[in-house]
Amino acid sequence: MALQSLDIQRRSATTTQPPSVRETTKVAKLIDISKCIGCKACQAACMEWNDLRDAVGESQGVYDNPRDLTDQSWTVMRFYEVEPDGKLEWLIRKDGCMHCADPGCLKACPSPGAIVQYANGIVDFKEENCIGCGYCITGCPFNIPRISKKDSKAYKCTLCSDRVAVGLEPACVKTCPTGAIVFGSKDDMKHHAEGRIADLKERGYESAGLYDPEGVGGTHVMYVLQHADQPQLYGLPKEPTISPLVSLWKGVAKPLAMLALGVAAVGSFFHFVKVGPNEVEEEEETKA
Amino acid sequence: MRPKLIERYKASDRINHWFTALCFILLALSGLAFFHPSMFWLTNLLGGGTWARILHPFIGVVMFLSFLGLTVRFWHHNRMTDNDRKWLGQWRDVLNNREDKLPEVGRYNGGQKLLFWVMVLTMLLLLVTGIVIWQPYFAPAFSVTLVRWAVLVHAISAFVLILGIIVHIYAAIWVKGTIGAMTRGYVTRAWARKHHPAWYREVTGEANPR
Repeated sequence: MALQSLDIQRRSATTTQPPSVRETTKVAKLIDISKCIGCKACQAACMEWNDLRDAVGESQGVYDNPRDLTDQSWTVMRFYEVEPDGKLEWLIRKDGCMHCADPGCLKACPSPGAIVQYANGIVDFKEENCIGCGYCITGCPFNIPRISKKDSKAYKCTLCSDRVAVGLEPACVKTCPTGAIVFGSKDDMKHHAEGRIADLKERGYESAGLYDPEGVGGTHVMYVLQHADQPQLYGLPKEPTISPLVSLWKGVAKPLAMLALGVAAVGSFFHFVKVGPNEVEEEEETKA
Repeated sequence: MRPKLIERYKASDRINHWFTALCFILLALSGLAFFHPSMFWLTNLLGGGTWARILHPFIGVVMFLSFLGLTVRFWHHNRMTDNDRKWLGQWRDVLNNREDKLPEVGRYNGGQKLLFWVMVLTMLLLLVTGIVIWQPYFAPAFSVTLVRWAVLVHAISAFVLILGIIVHIYAAIWVKGTIGAMTRGYVTRAWARKHHPAWYREVTGEANPR
């Protein structure tokens, strides 16, 4: 229990309860898309703080750069040109891990302690325990984890758990020049969002709202969206949940399958105890 | 003098069988380790979690090829007949050692044939789904939805196969004289006459009063 701020509340591939006598404030990052100018300072700050240097890519003729998340790019700005109400809007979303309250990556992970959820809500990958199976990718409803080509381990945004642990805000929050990204307790961030949403509604964005999807228990990265009724405009899933295939595989199937195998093995033994071996009588042996 | 023993498996059959069995054990143990946290320690058998993840699929391909050998060797002995279905329907007699009540069995009984086809099916499914989820080589080439289906089908197939092999191993222990067939290659005449009378007639040319 070295660092109280990093108390673990959930640990991958662990069936017993982690230490849970203490409770910490839940944190959250709030990204207000209506305030984002697409400057990518958050991407640069993320690289700088986390010592990541992605390979220099090639121009694709669009603003998105790099084109996608990678093991070295834990956040990217995604640019969407859409016409929701018949007029052009340029929506820019900072993509990255959503830090789900019910994380699919953690549910799918087979390696004990490779994925943890801190008591403050941050979901973190511990690459030293990662075995590189890619199960986290199947668990994630947001298409976030990336397996490195260099070491075959999975990487993603840590919500700067190391900074948060010592009372600092994440690097992207620190650097954002317009205040589009803010950080604090989840309750405070929801409250802050309410104010922003009221403001947006006043300006004519009637369906402005908060993206904090219920299907994954809420998230510790939330968005203020101008069109909360159409998150697909921003490349966000409308009602994200852990895939039922993954829930079945890493849910009920797990204990039931183990039980069935145990019953088969023990049952065989007891069958032997009850009816005994099926053997050739000595008499038959000599006759033959 | 009549030889007391009858050959059931050639040396190459036995080597093929046991090579497949060794692969299966490594795969089942490492696969269970990825499946349930309580089994994760089994990855140590292959040198830890990461080594188990690296080796499991390669061993899997080797097992598939080895099992292909067994399939080619034995498939023509494993065609299901009405007799076999009847045999399977009388599973209560089977389980209670009432062999005299069962329809006459040839080289393989209905249970053995059923297991054979279950293995053929699950091995195929395991190979195909295993390639789809193989990190880091192939999985990135497939959509995440396909990979999700593949992991689920892989787990279900492996479960069915492991269950089948538990039955297979127990049956070999339960029916005395069976293990020798696969280790030394021979069974006694009485064993053959009791458990596989039609096959006994076929190989010895002798009538078989019961």
